Order: sequence, then C-alpha cells, then structure tokens
Amino acid sequence: MARGGPRNKMPQQDAAKRVKNFDEVALGYTEEQAIDEAERCLNCKHKPCVAGCPVNIDIPAFIELIKSNDFTGAAAEIKKTNSLPAICGRVCPQEEQCEKLCILAKKGESVGIGRLERFAADYEAAHSTAEAAVEPENPGLGQYNVAVVGCGPAGLTVAGDLAKKGYSVTIFEALHKTGGVLRYGIPEFRLPRNILDREVKYVESLGVKIITDIIVGRTFRVEDLLRNGFEAVFVGSGAGAPKLMGIEGENLSGIYSGNEWLTRINLMRAHREEYATPIKIPQKACVIGAGNTAMDCARTAMRIGSKEVTIVYRRSRSEMPARAEEIENAEEEGVKLMLLTNPKRFIGDEKGAVKAIECLRMELGEPDDSGRRRPVAVKDSEFIIQADTVIVALGQNPNPLIRSTTEGLETQSWGGIIINEETGMTSIAGVFAGGDAVTGEATVISAMGAGKIAAEGIDQYIREKHDITTE
Amino acid sequence: MCSKNHGEMCNLAELTPDSLKNTIVHKEKLSPVLTLFEIRAPLIANSAKAGQFVIVWTGEHGERLPLTVSDWDAANGTITLIFQEVGRGTIELGRFEVGDEIPSLAGPLGQPTEIKDFGTAVAIGGGVGTAIARPVAKALKDAGNELITIVGAREKSLIILEDELRSFSDELIVTTDDGSYGRKGLVTEPLKELLDSRKIDFVVAIGPLPMMRAVADTTKPYGVKTIVSLDAIMIDGTGMCGGCRVTVGGKTKFTCVDGPDFDAHEVDWNELRARKAFYFEEESKDRQATLAGGDE
Ligand SMILES: Cc1cc2nc3c(=O)[nH]c(=O)nc-3n(C[C@H](O)[C@H](O)[C@H](O)COP(=O)(O)OP(=O)(O)OC[C@H]3O[C@@H](n4cnc5c(N)ncnc54)[C@H](O)[C@@H]3O)c2cc1C
Ligand code: SF4
Ligand code: FES
Repeated sequence: MARGGPRNKMPQQDAAKRVKNFDEVALGYTEEQAIDEAERCLNCKHKPCVAGCPVNIDIPAFIELIKSNDFTGAAAEIKKTNSLPAICGRVCPQEEQCEKLCILAKKGESVGIGRLERFAADYEAAHSTAEAAVEPENPGLGQYNVAVVGCGPAGLTVAGDLAKKGYSVTIFEALHKTGGVLRYGIPEFRLPRNILDREVKYVESLGVKIITDIIVGRTFRVEDLLRNGFEAVFVGSGAGAPKLMGIEGENLSGIYSGNEWLTRINLMRAHREEYATPIKIPQKACVIGAGNTAMDCARTAMRIGSKEVTIVYRRSRSEMPARAEEIENAEEEGVKLMLLTNPKRFIGDEKGAVKAIECLRMELGEPDDSGRRRPVAVKDSEFIIQADTVIVALGQNPNPLIRSTTEGLETQSWGGIIINEETGMTSIAGVFAGGDAVTGEATVISAMGAGKIAAEGIDQYIREKHDITTE
Repeated sequence: MCSKNHGEMCNLAELTPDSLKNTIVHKEKLSPVLTLFEIRAPLIANSAKAGQFVIVWTGEHGERLPLTVSDWDAANGTITLIFQEVGRGTIELGRFEVGDEIPSLAGPLGQPTEIKDFGTAVAIGGGVGTAIARPVAKALKDAGNELITIVGAREKSLIILEDELRSFSDELIVTTDDGSYGRKGLVTEPLKELLDSRKIDFVVAIGPLPMMRAVADTTKPYGVKTIVSLDAIMIDGTGMCGGCRVTVGGKTKFTCVDGPDFDAHEVDWNELRARKAFYFEEESKDRQATLAGGDE
C-alpha cells in the first residue's frame, strides 16, 4: 500500500461478538500494518498536522521512527509532550485535530496518526522492561508541596509533570477510584482499564500520593490546603454535573442521566451479578443526544443485554457531534438512530416508571450560533415511542461545589473557572485550574494540555515566591 | 503523620492513604437490626455539621451507601454512624468488626440543616431516623429553642437513643405502633395534639418516607415550617450523576448537594416513593442472597 494508497484499516473485534462483551473493540495495528501506514506519511517540511495537535507532538518525527522500526524511540518522541499516549491514541478525536490538517486528507484519507500513536505507546508498554525509576530533575524542590484536586487526565498530568521536576504532590479525589471520566465515563471497550491503571501507577511511581474519598469543598476547602501545608493548589475537578432536558416527566424512574448510567456500569459494575449496585436490563432503551457520551451509553446498553437501543436526536446525521467512527461502531452493534426527533414529555406507568416518550418531529432551519442548522419542531407532529429506559446524554455543566466553597474564585456565568491562559492561575494567587473545570466538557487531550501549562505556571509561581534560581 | 487526629487541622500535605484508614473503634448492636459504629475519620469529624451524611463503600463488590452522620467527636477524630441492616449493602456493612477498616468513607456531604432559634421546635425521629434526628435536635436546643422531641418506632426494641434525647429535650414523647412502649400509635398523633394546644414554630422530621409524608400532611394545615431529610437513592453523592433527583416546589433538585433537607410541604412524595422503589426486585433478591450467607 504505502504512499498514495488508502489508509490501513484498524483491525476490530467482530460486531456480533463484541456486543456481548466489554473487551476492547479496536485491536490495534500489527508491526507490519504500522510500518505500512507510517510509509504513507510524506514527512512534510511545514508539518501542518502538528498545528492540529493540542500538545504539539512532533508527528512526522515519531512517524519517521516507526518507519525505521524504532518503535520505542517513537514512543519516547511522543512522550516528550504527551504523557498519556496510550490513552490519547485511543480516545482523541484525531479526525478533528491532527488528521484533519494532514496534507493527505485534502485528497483522500489522512495518515492514521492516532492509530500510529496508539501502536507506539502499546509497543513500548509491552516491551519495556521494568520502568526505570525516574529521578526528579531537582530533588531540592521536594520541600514544596502542591495539592491537586481531582484525579482525571488534567490532575494526573499536572501531578506527573510537577513530580518529575521534584515537587511533592498529593492528588485528592472525591470518588473511591482514580481516573475521573476515564474510569467512570469512557467504557472499557474503548479504553481498557489496564491501560488506565498503568498510567495511574506510572504517576504514583514518580512519587505522587493519591488520596481518594476527599471531597474538596466539603472534607476541607481549597483555602485549608493553602493554609495547611501546600504552596499551590491545582483544581482539575472536571465538568461532572449532568445537563437535563427540563421537560415533563423527567424524574420518572427508569430515566437516567448519561453519567448515572455509565457510572452504574463502568464504576460500580452494576451489570455483573457479584456487584451490589443494581441496574435493570432494558427491553427498549432510548438515549437522548448524539455526542460521544450518548454513543457510549447506547453501546453499553447493548452490551448489558438490552433488547433494543435507539438514539433519539433532534438534528440530522451530519450534525451528530460524536466521532464518525463511534457512530459507525454503534450502528454495527445494532444501535438504531431516530433522527430529527425531539422528546416533548416522558410518560409514566402506574408505578411512576417511564413507559413511553412523546416526541416531536423536527426539521432543520437557519444555522444557529454553533453554525449548525437549528432544529425546528414540525407543528402537530407529536407521536409516541415506547421505552422502559431513557438515558439523557446531553453533556455536562461544571460541578458547582468548588466554586461555591472557594471565596474569591472567579468563574464564567456558566460556571467555568476563569484562568490566565498562559499560567493556568485563577483569580486567587496560588490556585490554578485546568481541564473541563475551566472549559466545560472538552477532550482528554485538552485537559492534559491544560495540565502541562499549569504545571509550568505552578513551577514558576513557587520559584518566584521562594526566590529559587536553580535550573 | 501528625498526632492521631486532625481536630486542629494539621499539615494536610502530610496526609497519606495510610494515615486516613477508617478503622472501626467501637461497635454496638442497638437492636437486632440496628448497628452503631464509631469510626476513625478525623477529617470528617472536623468538618461535619448536623444534617450532613457520608458515603460508605464496603469494598470491590459493594455499593456506595449514603449514611447520615449521627454524631462526631472532632477532638477524638471519630464519627458515629447508626444504620439499619435492611439491604445487601447495610447487611454487609454490619459484618465489619472493631479493628476492621472501612474501604471507603467520604464526606461530610450535603447541606447542613438550617439551625437557628425558631422559638418552639419539634424534632421527630422515626426508627433509625432517630439517629439522624439526634444531632439536629441537639443543635436546635443549643441554638436556644424550646425543644420537644418525638421518637417513634414499630415496637419497643427499635426505640433508640431515648436516654440521650431525654437528657437535652425539654419534653420527650415516645410512640410505638404496637403499643409495646410509650404511647400506642404514630408520631403524628402527639404532633397534632401539640399543634392544637400550643404555638409550634418549627418541625423537623427524619425517618421512613411514609412517616415524613404523614408529618408533612399533619403540619401543613397549620402552616408550620417543616423540614424533612430525604434518603433518595444515591451513587456519588457529589452532584455528578443526578440519580438522587427529587422534585421540590416543582423544580428538580439533587438530594446530595441541594439537600438532603427540604421543605416537607413542597416535596413530590409520589415521585420520590417511585424512584426509591425502582430497584425493589433486584434489591430483595440481593438481600436474600446476602442473608443466605454468600458474603460476596
Ligand atoms: C462518556 C464520556 C465520553 C467521553 N469520550 C471522550 C473521548 O472519546 N475523547 C475525548 O477526548 N474526550 C472524551 N470525553 C471528555 C473527557 O473525558 C473529558 O474532557 C476529560 O476527562 C476532562 O478531564 P478533567 O481531568 O478535566 O476532568 P475529569 O476527567 O472529569 O476528572 C475530574 C475528577 O475530579 C474529581 N472531583 C470533582 N470534584 C472534586 C472535588 N470537589 N474534590 C475532589 N475531587 C473532585 C472527579 O471525581 C473526577 O475524578 C468524554 C466524556 C464523557 C463523559
Ligand atoms: S501532514 Fe500528514 S503526511 Fe504531512 S507530516 Fe503530518 S501526518 Fe505526515
Ligand atoms: S448522588 Fe449522584 S448526583 Fe446526587
């Protein structure tokens, strides 16, 4: 294949089989496929793809290393700016980022940059001998403590980067497990837990302490951290408050937010007999929304044995915000799409459980602020669809807990924490923030990128405060 | 690690997972189905206020259970939980012994109960709800209220904390459904007599849903401010999942962050009852299996 040819397909678990398990869907390139795919890269001098990468990985450089069979070297090149490549290679929306700007995308299919990133990261993980202990760059900084609130990708990145510099870092996490959305939100058939566990272990191996079951704002406040032992605090508390529709009947039982549905299954493993958290296997589940969370909810519902799963979305297919690949996967697995349809109210049975949704047909009107055509209800088009389970997956608002318990912390009207883009510092000296807590629901890679910026900002802040000049 | 507790908030940078082990220091069976734990949890003991709760996770296969903090001792760094062994989770929790560590304990969560000098306050505890009503009642008394406490249960062995409540209440009334102790009947009977006979300024009721609802119905015609503490189904307890939502005054609220206390006259009780009963089948199957001895 190589130059000029189409891109190498990602080997996948067969749809009929995978819909019965939670194993990873995409199986990853073989060495031959990876080299063949790498050969397609033109090694462009002006590297247009790099501009699309939120953490500026030198993409042609790592692809060149794959071409020359140096897979470990390729992983090392990626790791210069991306600390979680095995995760990003799996969950980044590359088609919106690097691959969108790839020169080959103009004429045909871009280089499979994400697939190659994943390949290099997995190769390294499989072949590296016991992780050599990383020596902190400057052990003298160990006397300075930094607190990180939240153990999602933003928090893990800040913690890892600061620990490498030599700081003593403690992560405080509200839940009983690490990973944030990577654990409770993104299902394991997209991101296997051993990969997440490996990344968390790596951060711990750098000396970072992770303390779970601490709800900052309740167990203690941000200001307590600053007053009792920490030089700086990073807030990476994510978005994490579900958006609801606000229509009649939404609190009937059997209606879940996407977060609740995914948390029950991904975090609490409610679908497995030996786990105590309950869940009902749907006969007919409807998922409202068409983003990545909606796809994850629908595909998870299929896997726990639902008879029928339908995505209900008010716009048309081309406006669906989920990654094209995930929509395809969902359809292959038997998820149905009901487009240009919007729920008007939920109808309950005599026990107060949802049994049907009254919907309206929609048509597309003028473009709205997002540039997508605005869906408009067709008059008198009401119709009823049956559903014993409804999952409302419309995205997240920032969780108000930190905001409401931290005096002087400035936020946007919608709740996002305001920061200085260059340093990550908030309106409070010594308090930094990044990730979904700042941007609203975004991506793993942007949370990681924000973590990197804040790590530099915190380093600079502590150095200035204590007049530290050593490199 | 600093001294054994964090009553005076110590250097938080010295905390380690090991220094925060939630060890059970005291266990007491208050009745065949009611268990009391005193647990080492210095950070929670330091911040807890009346009306707040914790989330307990009993281990890999366990669920996250919300339990209201019944008492706390900041100086000793311990909290007290009283729970009824009703479902799989609480039965499993009841199997922990002194010296065992609770795998996960997070809190304090929720809004503290609004406490001020209302005048004459009635605090009502039903069954295990009495354990939760205790700190609220005490705080009401400390704030200057004249305090009347009503405690109700199915039968005598389920009446708890009687002596302690008597020690700080201006008046204590005990009722049992079967008349095996105190007055025979429901808590709403003495409540109605009080409402008819004197000026009551504030009522707080904590207990099983039908009892709280009955209290709401009883006080409503009198227009007396009435607060209830709702025990919706929860998972995270931090506002992340929305599973705990209730309709109060026509608006959707999350019990774990907006509550657990709400105006009893505004709660949509039918909806709450339906949401709480949704997993009844799954739960009773689990409960049978747990009682049959299968620990996991
Ligand atoms: C279902 C789903 C699928 C997604 N799929 C993708 C995808 O394919 N690709 C992609 O790039 N992005 C995806 N995203 C978005 C992505 O997961 C997030 O943008 C990213 O995880 C944000 O990282 P974060 O570190 O800012 O926050 P989070 O991952 O949300 O982590 C925040 C952590 O902070 C903890 N926390 C919150 N408040 C407190 C507190 N007060 N005290 C202590 N701890 C606290 C939380 O428990 C959580 O663990 C998806 C999101 C969802 C919900
Ligand atoms: S734009 Fe595409 S072809 Fe050019 S260097 Fe980047 S990945 Fe290779
Ligand atoms: S328990 Fe999840 S939001 Fe309240």
